[in-house]
Amino acid sequence: MSQKKITLDDRDIFCHEEETVLDALLRENIDIPHACREGACQSCMIRSLKGAPPAAAQNGLKDVLRHQNHFLACLCYPQQDMVLSLSTPADFFTEATVVGKELLNAETLLLTLQCKELLDYYAGQFVNLKRADGLVRSYSIANNRIHANKLTFHIRRLAGGRFSEWAHQELNIGDSIAVSDPKGLCYYLPSAPEQSMLLIGTGSGLAPLAGIISEALHHGHTGPIHLYHGSREMDGLYWIEEMQQLARQYPNFHYTACVSRGDAPEGVAKGRANDVAVAALPSLKGWRVYLCGHPDMVNQTKRQVYLKGAAFQDIYADAFHVASATLD
Amino acid sequence: MSETSTSLYEQLGGEAAVNAAVDIFYRKVLTDYRINRFFDNTDIEKQAAKQKAFLTMAFGGPNNYNGADMRQAHAHLVKKLGLDDSHFDAVMEHLGATLQELNVPQALIGQVAAIAESTRNDVLGR
Repeated sequence: MSQKKITLDDRDIFCHEEETVLDALLRENIDIPHACREGACQSCMIRSLKGAPPAAAQNGLKDVLRHQNHFLACLCYPQQDMVLSLSTPADFFTEATVVGKELLNAETLLLTLQCKELLDYYAGQFVNLKRADGLVRSYSIANNRIHANKLTFHIRRLAGGRFSEWAHQELNIGDSIAVSDPKGLCYYLPSAPEQSMLLIGTGSGLAPLAGIISEALHHGHTGPIHLYHGSREMDGLYWIEEMQQLARQYPNFHYTACVSRGDAPEGVAKGRANDVAVAALPSLKGWRVYLCGHPDMVNQTKRQVYLKGAAFQDIYADAFHVASATLD
Repeated sequence: MSETSTSLYEQLGGEAAVNAAVDIFYRKVLTDYRINRFFDNTDIEKQAAKQKAFLTMAFGGPNNYNGADMRQAHAHLVKKLGLDDSHFDAVMEHLGATLQELNVPQALIGQVAAIAESTRNDVLGR
Protein backbone atom coordinates (compact mmCIF):
# COMPACT_ATOMS: atom_id res chain seq x y z
CA MET A 1 0.00 0.00 0.00
CA SER A 2 1.39 3.33 -0.85
CA GLN A 3 -1.18 5.60 0.71
CA LYS A 4 0.37 8.32 2.82
CA LYS A 5 -0.81 9.85 6.05
CA ILE A 6 -1.37 13.60 6.14
CA THR A 7 -1.59 15.22 9.55
CA LEU A 8 -3.33 18.56 9.37
CA ASP A 9 -3.93 20.59 12.51
CA ASP A 10 -4.52 17.45 14.66
CA ARG A 11 -6.48 15.55 12.03
CA ASP A 12 -5.23 12.50 10.17
CA ILE A 13 -6.20 12.06 6.54
CA PHE A 14 -5.04 9.41 4.11
CA CYS A 15 -3.90 10.41 0.67
CA HIS A 16 -4.42 7.58 -1.82
CA GLU A 17 -2.06 6.70 -4.62
CA GLU A 18 -2.56 8.94 -7.68
CA GLU A 19 -4.30 11.50 -5.50
CA THR A 20 -3.06 15.02 -4.78
CA VAL A 21 -3.05 16.55 -1.31
CA LEU A 22 -5.76 18.94 -2.51
CA ASP A 23 -7.97 16.06 -3.68
CA ALA A 24 -7.52 14.27 -0.36
CA LEU A 25 -8.37 17.36 1.69
CA LEU A 26 -11.43 18.15 -0.40
CA ARG A 27 -12.56 14.51 -0.21
CA GLU A 28 -12.50 14.92 3.57
CA ASN A 29 -14.51 18.14 3.30
CA ILE A 30 -11.66 20.30 4.57
CA ASP A 31 -12.15 23.89 3.55
CA ILE A 32 -9.02 24.91 1.63
CA PRO A 33 -8.92 27.75 -0.89
CA HIS A 34 -8.37 26.48 -4.43
CA ALA A 35 -9.26 27.34 -8.02
CA CYS A 36 -7.34 26.19 -11.09
CA ARG A 37 -6.03 22.85 -9.72
CA GLU A 38 -3.07 23.14 -12.04
CA GLY A 39 -0.50 25.19 -10.18
CA ALA A 40 -1.43 28.43 -11.92
CA CYS A 41 -3.40 30.44 -9.39
CA GLN A 42 -1.41 29.41 -6.28
CA SER A 43 -4.51 29.78 -4.13
CA CYS A 44 -4.08 26.32 -2.53
CA MET A 45 -0.61 27.12 -1.16
CA ILE A 46 0.06 25.36 2.14
CA ARG A 47 3.13 24.76 4.32
CA SER A 48 4.81 21.51 5.30
CA LEU A 49 5.84 21.53 8.96
CA LYS A 50 7.99 18.44 8.72
CA GLY A 51 10.47 18.02 5.92
CA ALA A 52 10.60 19.36 2.39
CA PRO A 53 7.62 18.73 0.11
CA PRO A 54 8.19 17.12 -3.33
CA ALA A 55 10.01 19.63 -5.56
CA ALA A 56 7.38 19.29 -8.30
CA ALA A 57 4.77 20.68 -5.89
CA GLN A 58 6.78 23.92 -5.53
CA ASN A 59 6.76 24.77 -9.22
CA GLY A 60 6.52 28.53 -9.80
CA LEU A 61 6.85 29.56 -6.14
CA LYS A 62 9.25 32.26 -4.99
CA ASP A 63 12.56 30.89 -3.72
CA VAL A 64 11.88 32.04 -0.15
CA LEU A 65 8.51 30.25 -0.15
CA ARG A 66 10.17 27.05 -1.39
CA HIS A 67 12.86 27.53 1.21
CA GLN A 68 10.20 27.62 3.95
CA ASN A 69 8.55 24.43 2.61
CA HIS A 70 5.47 26.06 1.13
CA PHE A 71 3.94 24.10 -1.74
CA LEU A 72 0.83 23.86 -3.90
CA ALA A 73 -1.61 21.21 -2.66
CA CYS A 74 -2.96 20.66 -6.18
CA LEU A 75 0.47 19.64 -7.50
CA CYS A 76 1.54 17.51 -4.55
CA TYR A 77 1.63 13.70 -4.70
CA PRO A 78 3.08 12.87 -1.27
CA GLN A 79 6.27 10.78 -1.27
CA GLN A 80 6.03 10.19 2.48
CA ASP A 81 3.74 10.98 5.40
CA MET A 82 3.32 14.73 5.78
CA VAL A 83 2.51 17.18 8.57
CA LEU A 84 0.76 20.31 7.33
CA SER A 85 -0.79 23.44 8.70
CA LEU A 86 -3.44 25.71 7.25
CA SER A 87 -3.30 28.19 10.11
CA THR A 88 -0.36 30.36 11.12
CA PRO A 89 1.39 28.89 14.14
CA ALA A 90 1.17 30.76 17.44
CA ASP A 91 4.04 33.09 18.24
CA PHE A 92 6.87 31.52 20.20
CA PHE A 93 8.88 34.01 22.24
CA THR A 94 12.38 33.85 23.63
CA GLU A 95 13.83 36.14 26.25
CA ALA A 96 16.36 38.83 25.38
CA THR A 97 18.30 41.51 27.23
CA VAL A 98 18.99 45.05 26.03
CA VAL A 99 22.76 45.37 25.58
CA GLY A 100 22.99 48.49 23.44
CA LYS A 101 21.06 51.68 22.90
CA GLU A 102 22.23 54.62 20.79
CA LEU A 103 20.68 57.18 18.47
CA LEU A 104 21.19 56.89 14.71
CA ASN A 105 19.56 60.29 14.21
CA ALA A 106 17.19 62.48 16.21
CA GLU A 107 14.28 60.09 15.74
CA THR A 108 15.80 56.64 15.18
CA LEU A 109 17.15 54.39 17.90
CA LEU A 110 19.64 51.59 17.29
CA LEU A 111 18.61 48.91 19.78
CA THR A 112 20.80 45.85 20.36
CA LEU A 113 19.39 42.76 22.08
CA GLN A 114 21.20 39.69 23.30
CA CYS A 115 18.93 36.63 22.99
CA LYS A 116 19.08 33.74 25.43
CA GLU A 117 18.67 31.21 22.64
CA LEU A 118 20.07 31.23 19.13
CA LEU A 119 17.53 32.48 16.62
CA ASP A 120 17.47 30.86 13.19
CA TYR A 121 16.74 33.93 11.09
CA TYR A 122 17.65 35.34 7.71
CA ALA A 123 18.83 38.90 7.14
CA GLY A 124 15.78 40.94 6.18
CA GLN A 125 13.26 39.05 8.31
CA PHE A 126 11.43 40.68 11.19
CA VAL A 127 10.41 39.65 14.70
CA ASN A 128 7.70 40.73 17.10
CA LEU A 129 9.06 42.47 20.19
CA LYS A 130 6.85 42.08 23.27
CA ARG A 131 6.88 44.34 26.31
CA ALA A 132 6.14 42.81 29.74
CA ASP A 133 2.51 44.04 29.63
CA GLY A 134 1.93 42.27 26.31
CA LEU A 135 2.27 45.25 23.92
CA VAL A 136 3.71 43.87 20.67
CA ARG A 137 5.29 45.58 17.65
CA SER A 138 7.08 44.16 14.59
CA TYR A 139 10.63 45.28 13.81
CA SER A 140 13.06 44.20 11.12
CA ILE A 141 16.37 42.63 12.08
CA ALA A 142 19.09 44.99 10.88
CA ASN A 143 22.12 42.71 11.08
CA ASN A 144 23.20 39.64 9.15
CA ARG A 145 23.22 36.03 10.32
CA ILE A 146 26.78 36.06 11.61
CA HIS A 147 25.74 37.41 15.00
CA ALA A 148 23.42 34.55 15.74
CA ASN A 149 22.12 35.67 19.10
CA LYS A 150 22.70 39.41 18.96
CA LEU A 151 20.02 41.30 17.11
CA THR A 152 19.89 44.96 16.17
CA PHE A 153 16.82 47.04 15.32
CA HIS A 154 16.21 50.57 14.06
CA ILE A 155 13.31 51.97 16.04
CA ARG A 156 11.90 55.18 14.72
CA ARG A 157 10.06 57.29 17.21
CA LEU A 158 6.53 57.90 16.01
CA ALA A 159 4.45 60.67 17.57
CA GLY A 160 2.04 58.93 19.91
CA GLY A 161 3.63 55.55 19.18
CA ARG A 162 3.21 53.66 22.45
CA PHE A 163 5.97 51.12 21.81
CA SER A 164 8.48 53.37 20.05
CA GLU A 165 8.20 56.17 22.63
CA TRP A 166 8.62 53.65 25.42
CA ALA A 167 11.65 52.09 23.69
CA HIS A 168 13.23 55.52 23.20
CA GLN A 169 12.54 56.89 26.66
CA GLU A 170 12.08 54.12 29.19
CA LEU A 171 13.76 50.96 27.94
CA ASN A 172 17.23 50.69 29.48
CA ILE A 173 20.34 48.59 29.08
CA GLY A 174 19.93 45.41 31.14
CA ASP A 175 16.11 45.34 30.74
CA SER A 176 14.37 42.22 29.45
CA ILE A 177 12.13 42.01 26.41
CA ALA A 178 10.56 39.06 24.59
CA VAL A 179 11.50 38.31 20.96
CA SER A 180 9.34 36.15 18.66
CA ASP A 181 10.44 33.65 16.05
CA PRO A 182 11.66 35.38 12.90
CA LYS A 183 9.03 36.00 10.24
CA GLY A 184 8.61 37.35 6.76
CA LEU A 185 9.69 36.47 3.27
CA CYS A 186 11.72 39.55 2.40
CA TYR A 187 15.22 38.10 2.79
CA TYR A 188 18.39 37.14 0.98
CA LEU A 189 19.30 33.63 -0.14
CA PRO A 190 22.75 33.14 -1.69
CA SER A 191 21.31 31.25 -4.66
CA ALA A 192 22.25 33.64 -7.47
CA PRO A 193 25.47 35.51 -6.56
CA GLU A 194 25.75 37.17 -9.97
CA GLN A 195 22.22 38.62 -9.98
CA SER A 196 21.88 42.41 -9.96
CA MET A 197 20.16 43.70 -6.85
CA LEU A 198 18.17 46.86 -6.18
CA LEU A 199 17.21 47.84 -2.64
CA ILE A 200 14.97 50.81 -1.92
CA GLY A 201 14.14 51.90 1.60
CA THR A 202 12.76 54.96 3.32
CA GLY A 203 13.46 56.02 6.90
CA SER A 204 14.09 53.09 9.21
CA GLY A 205 13.26 50.83 6.28
CA LEU A 206 17.03 50.85 5.89
CA ALA A 207 17.26 48.29 8.71
CA PRO A 208 16.38 45.06 6.85
CA LEU A 209 18.11 46.31 3.70
CA ALA A 210 21.36 46.90 5.59
CA GLY A 211 21.11 43.34 6.94
CA ILE A 212 20.48 41.94 3.46
CA ILE A 213 23.41 43.89 1.96
CA SER A 214 25.73 42.76 4.71
CA GLU A 215 24.58 39.16 4.25
CA ALA A 216 25.00 39.31 0.46
CA LEU A 217 28.49 40.80 0.68
CA HIS A 218 29.43 38.27 3.33
CA HIS A 219 28.41 35.50 0.91
CA GLY A 220 30.56 37.01 -1.82
CA HIS A 221 27.70 38.31 -3.97
CA THR A 222 29.35 39.39 -7.23
CA GLY A 223 26.47 41.11 -9.05
CA PRO A 224 25.98 44.86 -8.65
CA ILE A 225 24.06 45.89 -5.52
CA HIS A 226 22.32 49.27 -5.64
CA LEU A 227 20.94 50.83 -2.46
CA TYR A 228 18.70 53.92 -2.49
CA HIS A 229 17.87 55.26 0.95
CA GLY A 230 15.41 58.11 1.14
CA SER A 231 13.85 60.50 3.59
CA ARG A 232 12.05 63.79 3.40
CA GLU A 233 15.01 65.76 4.68
CA MET A 234 18.62 65.18 5.60
CA ASP A 235 17.89 64.69 9.29
CA GLY A 236 15.80 61.58 8.49
CA LEU A 237 18.79 59.81 6.92
CA TYR A 238 21.51 57.98 8.83
CA TRP A 239 24.54 55.76 8.22
CA ILE A 240 25.52 57.91 5.24
CA GLU A 241 29.23 57.67 5.99
CA GLU A 242 29.02 53.98 6.86
CA MET A 243 27.34 53.20 3.52
CA GLN A 244 29.81 55.38 1.61
CA GLN A 245 32.62 53.54 3.35
CA LEU A 246 31.06 50.18 2.39
CA ALA A 247 30.83 51.35 -1.23
CA ARG A 248 34.56 52.17 -1.22
CA GLN A 249 35.30 48.76 0.24
CA TYR A 250 33.12 46.77 -2.21
CA PRO A 251 33.25 48.00 -5.82
CA ASN A 252 29.97 46.20 -6.67
CA PHE A 253 28.04 48.06 -3.94
CA HIS A 254 26.52 51.41 -4.91
CA TYR A 255 24.80 53.76 -2.51
CA THR A 256 22.58 56.77 -3.15
CA ALA A 257 21.07 58.86 -0.39
CA CYS A 258 17.94 60.76 -1.44
CA VAL A 259 15.90 63.60 0.05
CA SER A 260 12.48 64.47 -1.36
CA ARG A 261 12.11 67.96 0.13
CA GLY A 262 14.40 70.74 1.10
CA ASP A 263 17.94 71.13 -0.15
CA ALA A 264 20.04 68.18 -1.16
CA PRO A 265 23.71 68.72 -0.34
CA GLU A 266 26.39 67.56 -2.74
CA GLY A 267 26.43 63.77 -3.13
CA VAL A 268 22.77 63.40 -2.16
CA ALA A 269 20.08 62.96 -4.82
CA LYS A 270 16.98 65.15 -4.85
CA GLY A 271 13.70 63.25 -5.12
CA ARG A 272 11.95 60.22 -3.70
CA ALA A 273 14.22 57.21 -3.44
CA ASN A 274 12.00 55.08 -5.71
CA ASP A 275 11.79 57.76 -8.41
CA VAL A 276 15.52 58.46 -8.27
CA ALA A 277 16.30 54.72 -8.55
CA VAL A 278 13.92 54.04 -11.42
CA ALA A 279 15.17 57.06 -13.37
CA ALA A 280 18.84 56.19 -12.85
CA LEU A 281 18.84 52.48 -13.60
CA PRO A 282 18.56 50.67 -16.93
CA SER A 283 16.07 47.84 -17.51
CA LEU A 284 15.51 45.75 -14.37
CA LYS A 285 14.93 42.54 -16.28
CA GLY A 286 16.45 39.71 -14.27
CA TRP A 287 17.08 41.91 -11.21
CA ARG A 288 16.16 41.06 -7.65
CA VAL A 289 14.43 43.92 -5.86
CA TYR A 290 13.91 44.53 -2.12
CA LEU A 291 11.53 47.22 -0.89
CA CYS A 292 10.98 48.45 2.61
CA GLY A 293 9.08 51.45 3.88
CA HIS A 294 5.57 52.84 3.94
CA PRO A 295 3.06 50.46 2.26
CA ASP A 296 2.09 53.14 -0.29
CA MET A 297 5.73 53.60 -1.30
CA VAL A 298 6.14 49.82 -1.52
CA ASN A 299 3.03 49.39 -3.70
CA GLN A 300 3.91 52.26 -5.98
CA THR A 301 7.48 51.04 -6.37
CA LYS A 302 6.40 47.46 -7.06
CA ARG A 303 4.53 48.82 -10.05
CA GLN A 304 7.45 50.99 -11.18
CA VAL A 305 10.03 48.21 -11.02
CA TYR A 306 7.68 45.69 -12.63
CA LEU A 307 7.08 48.03 -15.55
CA LYS A 308 10.84 48.51 -15.74
CA GLY A 309 11.23 44.77 -16.33
CA ALA A 310 11.52 43.07 -12.90
CA ALA A 311 9.48 39.87 -12.48
CA PHE A 312 7.08 39.62 -9.54
CA GLN A 313 8.85 36.60 -8.18
CA ASP A 314 12.01 38.69 -7.89
CA ILE A 315 10.34 41.51 -5.94
CA TYR A 316 10.59 41.09 -2.17
CA ALA A 317 8.66 43.27 0.25
CA ASP A 318 6.81 42.90 3.48
CA ALA A 319 4.08 45.34 2.61
CA PHE A 320 2.44 45.43 6.03
CA HIS A 321 5.68 46.56 7.60
CA VAL A 322 5.16 50.23 8.33
CA ALA A 323 8.63 51.60 8.83
CA SER A 324 7.74 55.20 8.33
CA ALA A 325 4.64 57.27 8.93
CA THR A 326 4.92 59.09 5.64
CA LEU A 327 5.39 58.22 1.99
CA ASP A 328 8.96 59.41 1.97
CA MET B 1 -14.04 21.37 -20.21
CA SER B 2 -14.40 20.11 -23.79
CA GLU B 3 -11.85 18.16 -25.85
CA THR B 4 -11.31 21.14 -28.12
CA SER B 5 -10.45 23.60 -25.35
CA THR B 6 -7.94 21.17 -23.80
CA SER B 7 -6.21 20.88 -27.11
CA LEU B 8 -6.17 24.66 -27.58
CA TYR B 9 -4.32 25.04 -24.25
CA GLU B 10 -1.84 22.36 -25.30
CA GLN B 11 -1.35 23.81 -28.75
CA LEU B 12 -0.56 27.18 -27.19
CA GLY B 13 2.06 25.64 -24.92
CA GLY B 14 0.28 25.30 -21.56
CA GLU B 15 1.39 27.06 -18.41
CA ALA B 16 4.72 28.26 -19.80
CA ALA B 17 2.89 30.03 -22.60
CA VAL B 18 0.49 31.65 -20.13
CA ASN B 19 3.43 32.93 -18.08
CA ALA B 20 5.09 34.42 -21.13
CA ALA B 21 1.82 36.03 -22.20
CA VAL B 22 0.99 37.50 -18.76
CA ASP B 23 4.43 39.09 -18.66
CA ILE B 24 3.81 40.98 -21.91
CA PHE B 25 0.04 41.50 -21.63
CA TYR B 26 -0.05 42.94 -18.11
CA ARG B 27 2.75 45.44 -18.85
CA LYS B 28 0.80 46.61 -21.91
CA VAL B 29 -2.36 47.05 -19.85
CA LEU B 30 -0.62 48.94 -17.03
CA THR B 31 1.10 51.36 -19.39
CA ASP B 32 -1.99 52.14 -21.48
CA TYR B 33 -3.27 55.57 -20.40
CA ARG B 34 -6.77 54.68 -21.64
CA ILE B 35 -7.23 51.94 -19.06
CA ASN B 36 -4.53 51.96 -16.41
CA ARG B 37 -6.52 54.18 -14.03
CA PHE B 38 -8.74 51.15 -13.36
CA PHE B 39 -5.73 49.52 -11.71
CA ASP B 40 -4.65 52.53 -9.62
CA ASN B 41 -5.82 51.16 -6.30
CA THR B 42 -4.98 47.51 -6.74
CA ASP B 43 -2.15 45.44 -5.36
CA ILE B 44 -0.52 44.81 -8.72
CA GLU B 45 1.02 41.53 -7.63
CA LYS B 46 -2.35 40.08 -6.62
CA GLN B 47 -3.80 41.53 -9.79
CA ALA B 48 -1.12 39.73 -11.83
CA ALA B 49 -2.35 36.41 -10.37
CA LYS B 50 -5.86 37.30 -11.54
CA GLN B 51 -4.54 38.17 -14.99
CA LYS B 52 -2.89 34.77 -15.08
CA ALA B 53 -6.12 33.02 -14.13
CA PHE B 54 -7.93 35.03 -16.82
CA LEU B 55 -5.38 34.22 -19.53
CA THR B 56 -5.33 30.55 -18.50
CA MET B 57 -9.07 30.54 -19.06
CA ALA B 58 -8.80 32.38 -22.38
CA PHE B 59 -6.14 29.89 -23.48
CA GLY B 60 -8.64 27.10 -22.92
CA GLY B 61 -6.79 25.90 -19.82
CA PRO B 62 -8.08 24.69 -16.45
CA ASN B 63 -10.27 27.26 -14.78
CA ASN B 64 -13.17 27.87 -12.47
CA TYR B 65 -14.60 30.81 -14.37
CA ASN B 66 -17.51 32.28 -12.50
CA GLY B 67 -19.55 34.96 -14.28
CA ALA B 68 -21.08 36.22 -11.04
CA ASP B 69 -17.63 36.78 -9.47
CA MET B 70 -16.50 38.59 -12.61
CA ARG B 71 -19.54 40.89 -12.42
CA GLN B 72 -19.03 41.60 -8.77
CA ALA B 73 -15.31 42.29 -9.20
CA HIS B 74 -15.95 44.90 -11.90
CA ALA B 75 -19.24 46.38 -10.64
CA HIS B 76 -17.63 49.34 -8.85
CA LEU B 77 -15.49 50.12 -11.91
CA VAL B 78 -18.58 50.21 -14.12
CA LYS B 79 -20.54 52.32 -11.65
CA LYS B 80 -17.91 54.72 -10.36
CA LEU B 81 -15.25 54.94 -13.09
CA GLY B 82 -17.37 54.39 -16.18
CA LEU B 83 -15.86 51.12 -17.37
CA ASP B 84 -17.40 50.47 -20.80
CA ASP B 85 -16.97 48.73 -24.18
CA SER B 86 -14.16 51.04 -25.25
CA HIS B 87 -12.03 49.85 -22.31
CA PHE B 88 -12.89 46.21 -22.91
CA ASP B 89 -11.88 46.73 -26.55
CA ALA B 90 -8.52 48.15 -25.45
CA VAL B 91 -7.84 45.06 -23.35
CA MET B 92 -8.79 42.83 -26.29
CA GLU B 93 -6.39 44.80 -28.47
CA HIS B 94 -3.53 44.14 -26.00
CA LEU B 95 -4.41 40.47 -25.84
CA GLY B 96 -4.19 40.15 -29.63
CA ALA B 97 -0.94 42.13 -29.80
CA THR B 98 0.57 40.00 -27.03
CA LEU B 99 -0.19 36.77 -28.87
CA GLN B 100 1.18 38.20 -32.10
CA GLU B 101 4.40 39.13 -30.31
CA LEU B 102 4.63 35.51 -29.18
CA ASN B 103 4.15 34.34 -32.79
CA VAL B 104 0.92 32.49 -32.05
CA PRO B 105 -0.78 31.43 -35.32
CA GLN B 106 -3.70 33.63 -36.34
CA ALA B 107 -6.25 30.81 -36.10
CA LEU B 108 -5.38 30.18 -32.45
CA ILE B 109 -5.42 33.90 -31.66
CA GLY B 110 -8.98 33.89 -32.99
CA GLN B 111 -9.97 31.09 -30.62
CA VAL B 112 -8.40 32.82 -27.60
CA ALA B 113 -10.06 36.10 -28.52
CA ALA B 114 -13.44 34.37 -28.79
CA ILE B 115 -13.14 32.93 -25.27
CA ALA B 116 -12.02 36.29 -23.84
CA GLU B 117 -14.83 38.03 -25.72
CA SER B 118 -17.36 35.72 -24.03
CA THR B 119 -16.67 37.47 -20.69
CA ARG B 120 -17.58 40.94 -22.01
CA ASN B 121 -21.13 41.07 -20.64
CA ASP B 122 -20.05 39.77 -17.24
CA VAL B 123 -17.23 42.33 -17.00
CA LEU B 124 -19.48 45.19 -18.05
CA GLY B 125 -22.35 44.06 -15.84
CA ARG B 126 -24.97 43.52 -18.54
